[in-house]
Amino acid sequence: MSERISTPFIKLSKREGMKPAVIWSIRIGSILFAFILGMIPLMMAGANPFASYGIIISGSLSKKFVIQQTIKRAIPLLGCALAIAPCFKMKFWNIGAEGQITMGAIFASAIAIWSGPNVPRFVLLILMLIAGIIGGAIWGFIPGFFKAKYNTNETLFTLMMNYIAIGIVKYLQGGPWEGRQGTQIIPMFNKNARLPNVWGVYCGWIIVLVMVVLVHIYMNFTKQGYEVSVIGDSLNTARYAGMNVGWVMMRTMILSGAIAGVVGWMLVSGANGTLNSDVAGGVGFTSITVAWLSQLNAFAMILIAMILAIIGKGSATLQTRLNVPSSVADIISGILLFCMLGCEFFINYRMSFNFKAITAKFHKEAK
Amino acid sequence: MNFSCGKLNNMSKRQKHGLIYILAAIVLVILYICFPKGGNSLVLLFGAAGAYGTALMFGTLGEILTEKSGNMNLGVEGIMYMGGIFGLIAPNVYEMAVGSGNASAFVAIILAILASFLSGAIAGALFSFITVTLRANQNVTGLAMATFGTGVAKFAGELRRHQVGGYVTLSNDLKAAFDNKFMPDFLKNIPIIGKIIFDQSIFFYMAIILAVLIHLFLKKTKKGLYLRAVGESPVTADAAGINITRYKYLTTIIGGGISAIGGMVYTMTTAGCVWIEASLAGTGWLAVALVIFCSWQPLHSTWSSILFGALMIMYLRIIVPFFPQELYKILPYVVTVIVLIITSTRNIKDKQPPASLGVNYFREER
Repeated sequence: MSERISTPFIKLSKREGMKPAVIWSIRIGSILFAFILGMIPLMMAGANPFASYGIIISGSLSKKFVIQQTIKRAIPLLGCALAIAPCFKMKFWNIGAEGQITMGAIFASAIAIWSGPNVPRFVLLILMLIAGIIGGAIWGFIPGFFKAKYNTNETLFTLMMNYIAIGIVKYLQGGPWEGRQGTQIIPMFNKNARLPNVWGVYCGWIIVLVMVVLVHIYMNFTKQGYEVSVIGDSLNTARYAGMNVGWVMMRTMILSGAIAGVVGWMLVSGANGTLNSDVAGGVGFTSITVAWLSQLNAFAMILIAMILAIIGKGSATLQTRLNVPSSVADIISGILLFCMLGCEFFINYRMSFNFKAITAKFHKEAK
Repeated sequence: MNFSCGKLNNMSKRQKHGLIYILAAIVLVILYICFPKGGNSLVLLFGAAGAYGTALMFGTLGEILTEKSGNMNLGVEGIMYMGGIFGLIAPNVYEMAVGSGNASAFVAIILAILASFLSGAIAGALFSFITVTLRANQNVTGLAMATFGTGVAKFAGELRRHQVGGYVTLSNDLKAAFDNKFMPDFLKNIPIIGKIIFDQSIFFYMAIILAVLIHLFLKKTKKGLYLRAVGESPVTADAAGINITRYKYLTTIIGGGISAIGGMVYTMTTAGCVWIEASLAGTGWLAVALVIFCSWQPLHSTWSSILFGALMIMYLRIIVPFFPQELYKILPYVVTVIVLIITSTRNIKDKQPPASLGVNYFREER
């Protein structure tokens, strides 16, 4: 009987203290692996995968105009990833950034629409910014409050808040804020409510880069950021240390919603110049990929947001050039996330192959 | 007053439930008699809600099964999307292969079920591989699955459209077969319940049978007990010699497959056998919310799915004057939020999620 309890072929053990260089080479390797896997759908669409990747890159980086378009895509992605980073660090699965952006956009638009043409530009933009922050913060606070008080499932709560926020925009679009009757379009804001352009792209990119530094400092060098990471690692430790877990959760959600609100403000006053129901346009989901691929590191997010913006913009070009459906961008970003999630296993665990067990088995069978 | 309360407290849970159902039925009948017109539109609403409710029911049942093993697969949205497109492509390919006159409805339905189940099962296997074998975070993996699944479905739908050169759809005969409400007329004509229970497609009854089967499996069989043990306390289950990995894999794969059938049912009945990307959006998430609403009990998924199906289409059936339609459309989501809050404030012992839900089990880390 004793032979039947054999030692397993693969033995796992926890591994710690891996060199950062090795860790990052594993991660970069997994990203490369994801791009190799991404060739499968490209080939299924009848396209040459290498040529397709070439088109994705040239379609997003070849000319000055397209580079500006790509950066325009990257700005909300980066901002939104910054917004959800503290929540994810806390293991609070906020997938409602979409709704928080939309709510911020609604509040900012309200100021833009209600203000007369005589409000000075700077004052108006600041007022819109404050309104956007309040809007996003409210939308973040509601699920945070119920999570802290009753442990309500935050994933579904924040998601439903997305649908509600988008529904409200649809109502405003076809109702009180509609421009010409029957168009379902809110007219463009007047010039004073528009963000200025810097180097051909609205100045949101500067704001986002400033926010990267601020969020990095907040998460790594402040007491509040420390509390967030302790709660993320172990709720019980945080409670034992005397932290007010409920309040930290609410505070983080307010902060997260506020950052998303800033993104919403940038989108209406910078990128679009008006409000529509597609204002967030799936950014809330894609930014989850950005945040997780960069391991919640604010500076890494700049690079990852650019990569995903390149894939997004490039796959639109791919559709017009090679007839490959642009949803290939979703597939590739899903595969990227899967590979990144999977590769952590090889960083955290050591696999030792027990070849003795196999040879012993063969010997026994030979006998 | 005190007396009657005391009596209620003495009743068993089952009796209490029965009493509530009977009272609800009496109220409905009275409403029906008093307001024949309003009642009729209510009956019509719930009759029509059955179709959308069936899709939700499959989605919910699959996710209940998955979550019973302690795996929280948030990717139901993506899985239902995949089921929706592959459940359409399979009969479409079959019909094109044999010619539209010769296609048998039975084979087409079986193919649709198999193809959608398979796509969901593959997604479930992928989820299990990443979370059980590679031990990654379940929440993020689920979210990735939602993105990936919708991407794959949209991609496949677009590709097939290029291949066919137009809308991916079926011939009218097959369309009718999928949405065939086959019960005899005398049953359909029973007041109230006739429209709601008997005026439904075959998938409705399959979903109900499935709900009963899953209930019996979980409550009456040894394997069901083992599965619940895995979800409630993997440490205990492991010590008892239950193969946790196998249970988690199998239930997630089968659960994913069942959820995917829900997507197929949506495309083939509610959407009329045409692939419209945007119309399925949100269904999978609603299914995940319904799992919480019916507190992980398969039997409750039947009526709650129809209730939410009714909420989703209410703006089409019951017109409220002076109330903007776009705000009316967000009603189901507002209700879901309220339901989430209420279910979380009630702290009832037998209505809790499986204790290890969303937490990966590492034997080495006990």
